[in-house]
Amino acid sequence: MPPALAIPAIAGLVFLVLPLFGLLWRAPWSTLPERLTEPGILAALRLSLLTATLATAVSLVLGVPLAWLLARTEFPGRRFVRALVTVPLVLPPVVGGVALLLVFGRRGLLGGWLDATFGVSLPFTTAGVVAAEAFVAMPFLVISVEGALRGADARYEEAASTLGATRWTAFRRVTLPLIAPGVAAGAVLCWARALGEFGATITFAGNFPGRTQTMPLAVYLALEQDLDAAIVLSLVLLVVSIGILAALRDKWVAP
Amino acid sequence: MKKILTAVAMVAALAISGCGDSSDTSTPAAGASSASGVSGNLTVLAAASLTESFNKIGKDFETANPNVKVTFSYGGSSGLAQQITSGAPADVFASASPATMKTVTDAGDANGEATVFVKNQLVVAVTKGNPKGIRTLADLTEPGLKVALCAEQVPCGAAARKALAAANVKVTPVTLEQDVKAALSKVKLGEVDAALVYRTDAKAATADVDGIEFPESSGAINDYPIVTLKSAPNPSAAAAFVAYVQSGPALDVLVEAGFQKP
Repeated sequence: MPPALAIPAIAGLVFLVLPLFGLLWRAPWSTLPERLTEPGILAALRLSLLTATLATAVSLVLGVPLAWLLARTEFPGRRFVRALVTVPLVLPPVVGGVALLLVFGRRGLLGGWLDATFGVSLPFTTAGVVAAEAFVAMPFLVISVEGALRGADARYEEAASTLGATRWTAFRRVTLPLIAPGVAAGAVLCWARALGEFGATITFAGNFPGRTQTMPLAVYLALEQDLDAAIVLSLVLLVVSIGILAALRDKWVAP
Repeated sequence: MKKILTAVAMVAALAISGCGDSSDTSTPAAGASSASGVSGNLTVLAAASLTESFNKIGKDFETANPNVKVTFSYGGSSGLAQQITSGAPADVFASASPATMKTVTDAGDANGEATVFVKNQLVVAVTKGNPKGIRTLADLTEPGLKVALCAEQVPCGAAARKALAAANVKVTPVTLEQDVKAALSKVKLGEVDAALVYRTDAKAATADVDGIEFPESSGAINDYPIVTLKSAPNPSAAAAFVAYVQSGPALDVLVEAGFQKP
């Protein structure tokens, strides 16, 4: 291996791994068992896993058709729409949270009407957490699925059409199986991003234990008072997310 | 991909040239002469509730000491204390509670004991015009009313807890915000009907909120201590700033913002 590649590669690896090692090194191992059984941790972890999974489900239902629209159809301004879809990727999540408040808040663009008509109010609810996470994480799925669609040969769909399949049938029976690995990879990426979401969540959904306090929020607030508690929470999140990602990778997302 | 790389390179070039410009313009200012002995950069970590007053006091201090450039970092006191004990380089720490200050002095990161320079107390911040007609702490328990409190890990949350306990009122908040400014902004945005914030924060936002005083807040008065830090890169300016904050003109600014003299 040429040193011009090897040295920066190793430096990069150390840079990424060392902070994780720092967490392990500073962790309060002696009091870990009793800290892990504190009721707050379990509630935050349960909420984090639930909301990240729901946000991924929402992203799949809305994001895969959106990716199909961007990859398989021609309409004026398609490039512009594609750029718009990726905006949440570059937007600071806190700004995303404020933007969500301005639309879905009580005095927001749609929020007032939603509240008056259906009695639905997203801020400070678990549904609000899911909305914030989906807003931030869905672009990852859309980009990933769109890439898979562009890589997949459109002639299979055309062949299906010549055999009498409708566009919907062709999508369901031909396209979707073709791009399944891309969808799975996008979903995993989306889930991981949703699990770590902090800024949009605390801004839009607030912070209340058991209802909107996910693991990253619990870590942040624990940090205000008790560094050890924050480290324990971080370790739990780290172990659970690595475990789930590793399990999924073996099953669905072969490299 | 090539396009992206070009764009990134352009942005980077702009950023670099931008930095060069700003350092060029700031050099002559730093070289200006002054009557007082202190000079250089001064970093002050201060509780979020001090934002408006300290911005003003900082400007006055810079006018009195033209060789000093004061930079403030505002945030939840507990988080700032955590930064200091983890080795963040700063000169002065002003906290919204003695308990938070104690974590810094106990860790040996401060020069001696902290001095209390002002006190603050809580009010109920409500939407301008008080559409829900909130008059007392007990009104906050009304069903359907959305209330924001600070998380109990930060001083305003601890004070809110104390005041609510003193009034024997059980409020179920919809959210526990990470600092007092975040709780206030939820009222400003209209997402909650009321929040327990410091009198000074409500006063700083009179355009959007009304502050309602309640008698039980006297049972949860927050002392604000200030101290110079041991690892201060600029100890002389730090000492001068702490002395200035306790001087007449600075106290006037603080009292006008709604703080009480210690």
